[in-house]
Amino acid sequence: MLENRLVNAPAGTRLLLSGNEATARAVWEAGTRVAAAYPGTPSTEILENLAPFPDIYTEWSVNEKVSLEVAIGASLAGSRSYCAMKHVGMNVASDALMTQTLAGVVGGLVISIADDVGFSSSQNEQDSRFWGRFGHLPILEPADSQETYEMTLAAFEISETYDTPVIVRMTTRICHVKAMVTVGKKIEKTAAGFKPDPARWVMVPGAAKRQLPKMLERDGKLKIASEQSPFNILEDGSDKRIGFITSGPAYMHVRESYPDMPLLKLGFTHPLPMEVIRKFSQQVEKIVVVEETEPLVEGELNGAKLSVPIHGKDILPATDELSPAVIKPAIDSLLGIKTEVVQVVETPAAPLFPRPPTMCSACPHLGVFYTLSRVRNIHISGDIGCYTLGAGQPWEALDTTISMGASMGIALGLDKGRGESDSNKAIVAVIGDSTFLHMGMQGLLDITYNRGNVTVLLLDNRAVGMTGGQENPGSGRDLQGDETPRVDFAKLVEALGVAPERVKTVDPYQLPELFKTIRQEVKIPEPSVIITDQPCVLIDHYIQKPAFTVVDDKCTGCGNCLDVGCPAILVTKRGKEVKPNGQEVDLAFVRIETAACTGCDLCPKTCAPDAIVPLPLPEKGCTTHG
Amino acid sequence: MDDKTTNILVVGIGGLGVMTAAEILAEAAINQGYDVKKTEVAGMAQRGGVVSSHVRFGKKVLSPVITKGTADFLIGFEAAESLRWTPYLRPNGVALVNDMKIVPPVVSVGLYDYPTNPVDEIYKSGLSVTAFDAGAVANDLGNPKLVNTVMLGAVSDKLPFPAEVLKSCILDRFRAKKPKLVTLNDTAFETGRRIAAEKSGG
Repeated sequence: MLENRLVNAPAGTRLLLSGNEATARAVWEAGTRVAAAYPGTPSTEILENLAPFPDIYTEWSVNEKVSLEVAIGASLAGSRSYCAMKHVGMNVASDALMTQTLAGVVGGLVISIADDVGFSSSQNEQDSRFWGRFGHLPILEPADSQETYEMTLAAFEISETYDTPVIVRMTTRICHVKAMVTVGKKIEKTAAGFKPDPARWVMVPGAAKRQLPKMLERDGKLKIASEQSPFNILEDGSDKRIGFITSGPAYMHVRESYPDMPLLKLGFTHPLPMEVIRKFSQQVEKIVVVEETEPLVEGELNGAKLSVPIHGKDILPATDELSPAVIKPAIDSLLGIKTEVVQVVETPAAPLFPRPPTMCSACPHLGVFYTLSRVRNIHISGDIGCYTLGAGQPWEALDTTISMGASMGIALGLDKGRGESDSNKAIVAVIGDSTFLHMGMQGLLDITYNRGNVTVLLLDNRAVGMTGGQENPGSGRDLQGDETPRVDFAKLVEALGVAPERVKTVDPYQLPELFKTIRQEVKIPEPSVIITDQPCVLIDHYIQKPAFTVVDDKCTGCGNCLDVGCPAILVTKRGKEVKPNGQEVDLAFVRIETAACTGCDLCPKTCAPDAIVPLPLPEKGCTTHG
Repeated sequence: MDDKTTNILVVGIGGLGVMTAAEILAEAAINQGYDVKKTEVAGMAQRGGVVSSHVRFGKKVLSPVITKGTADFLIGFEAAESLRWTPYLRPNGVALVNDMKIVPPVVSVGLYDYPTNPVDEIYKSGLSVTAFDAGAVANDLGNPKLVNTVMLGAVSDKLPFPAEVLKSCILDRFRAKKPKLVTLNDTAFETGRRIAAEKSGG
C-alpha cells in the first residue's frame, strides 16, 4: 500500500494541504471517534481523506441530515464527533441542528460547512454564517489551510467547554486551496458512554422550553469567548484612513492589496467581539468590512453605533468571490485615488466558445437524454447530479432543477396543478440513484400515496457521479470500499407503492427498448418507474470495449449521432443539401476520436446508413494504456 | 530569496493533468524553501469543463488567486484554453502551450466555432510563446499520459529554480507509485526541455 502522508506524518511535519485535507487531519488529531457526511462540492474530500485514518469510524451517510444525526448520536455516547457538508446540505440537516443546539453536546460536536462561493458546482450561493445567528452557535472562519487545521481542533474544545455544536465555515477557496500546514499529535479521547438524561435528550416542549434560557446564557459566555479569542487578531498599520474588518479568504486579498492599513482579522465571527471592534474603530478614520458573501458582520456593526463611518456592500459585491482585482478598485475609489492600471494583453480573437461541463463519452445518461429529446408531449422534472446536464445542448431534455430530490414533488405538482395547455402532456421525473436515496424516496411515496400520474426515470449508475463517483447504498460498497448490502431499487420502489407491473428495468444503451418503454409508461395514467441499470463510466467496474470508427464513404452527414451528445464524436466537415421537397438541410460529417471512445455501441444505433463500425483492431494490440 | 512572488497559471480541461502539473510545481517550490499556495476552480472538471490551477510562490504568499495581467507563466494544456487565459499573463510573461485541440460538443453541434489556429492568435498579441504538440510528443514516446511531464520539461529552464529540482519532484512521484515509469518520464521531461530550448533559440 502507498504511504499516506496525511495519515502518517509525524507531529511537527509541514505538508502542503488543502483546507479539506487539513480538516481531516485535525478531526483525527482531536481524537474524534465518529465522522459522517454526504458528498458535496466543495466538501467531499474531507471524509475521503479522513477514511484511511486509524481508530475513527467514518461513513458516507445517505443525506446530510442523517450524517448530522449520526454525529449527534455519537456525541451523546460521549465520543467526539464530526460531520461535513456543502452549504445546501445544512438546509437538509438544519432540522436536527436547530434542536440539538438547545440540547447541547457531550462529546465535542463539530460541523464543517463548505460554502460554494462563486458557484463552482452548486444550485445557489448561501452564506452559512447565518446558521450561527439562527441557531445560537459559534462560527469559526479560517482564512487558509493552517487556520483551518487550528480552528477545527479548537472547535472541539469550544464545543465541549460551552456545551454547543460548533460550525467551521469554509468556502471553495479554503477547501480547494493548498498551503503549508504544520501538523500535530493525536489527542487520545475515550467515549464517556451514554447517560440517559430525558431533560436534555428528549426534546418534548416542556424540556425544550427549560433548555432555552441555558442557550441564551450560553450566548453571553460565547460573546466573552469571542472577545478573548486568539482567532480575532488585530494587525496595526501606519495608514489609518481605513481600518479593515475581514474574515475568511477575503483577509488574504485585503492584506495583499493594502499591506499598510490597520486590519482586524476575525476568525471567531459569531458572536462578534464587539468590544474589540469598538476599540479598533477608534483608531481609524473609517471602517470597511470585507466579507463573503452577505453583509452579516457589516449589519451588526451598523447596529452597534460606532463613531466612524462603516462601508461594505455599498462598495463591494454581495455575491461571488472577492479577489484583489475586485477589492482594489472599490477601495481606491473610496480613498479617492486612481487604481494603478494593470497592463492586460488582450488577444485579438473574437470571444471564444464556452466550454460548459459535458457528459462523458459513453455515459449511460447519454442514451436516456437522446431518447427523452425524441419523446413528444412531456414535461421533464429534473434533479441534481450529472444528469442535470441533460438540460443543455444537444438534448434540452430537462425542464426543472431546484434541490436534491425535488424532481419527485415537483413532478407531482406539475401533474396536479396542470392547466388547460398541459392537458395532453405527460409528466416525467428524472433522478439518479444517490439523489433518490438522499431525498427522492419520500417524494415518490407522496406520488404513489396521492395517486399521481408521473413516470419516474431512476438512473442507477451505482455512484455519486458528479462529485467523483463516491459509494452509496446503491453501489453496494461503503466509504472504505468494503462490500455492504446493495439496495434493490425495483423492490424499493414497489415497497413505496408502485405497482409491480409498472416497474421496468432497461439497459439505457438499448435505445429502441428504452424509447418503447418510456412511450408506453407515459401513456398509462399511474405512477411508474423505469430503472436504467448501467454503471458510471468513471468508476472502476466499468468495462471498456474496443472503439468505433466512421466509414467516411457511408456517412451521409445527417448529424443524428451528434444528438447523442457524446464528446468523442467530432465534426470533420459541414455542408448543405437541398431535399427533393426543396427544403435546405444542414449536413455535418463526423469522425470518432479513438482515444476517447470506449465502444459503448450507443451512436451506431442512431446511424441509419450504418456508417459507424467497430474499429479494426491493430495487429500488435492496443498501447494506449501505460 | 527576493520578495517577489512568482505566479504560474496552468490551464486546460478536465482529465489532461492540469492539477497534477500544478501540484508538482508547488512541490518543487516548497523544496526550494518558498511559501506556496495553489488553488483551482474545477468543480465539474471531470465533465470536460475548463480547469485553471493557480500556483503562487515566494517569501510569503497571501492571496492564492492570480489576477489578470499578473501571471509570470502560462502553461496551457490545450490550444484554445491557452488563448482563453492569455490575458492573465503579464506583458513580459512566458506562455508555454500544448498545441493540441480538443473540440467540445457545443462546437460539434454547431453552436460555436473553434478558432482555426488559437496559437497564432497568442503570437499576434506579441507575447513570448513556445508552442508545440506535446500530445504528439507523448504519443511518440509511447504513452499519451506523458504529456504532463513533457510540458513540465518544456517550462523547466525558465523557472526561478533549477530544472533538476522540478525533474526530481516528478521522478520521485513515479518512484513511489509506478517505478517502472521513472526512466520513461525522465526521457519525456528531457524531450520537452530540448524542444522548448530549440523553439526559444530558433
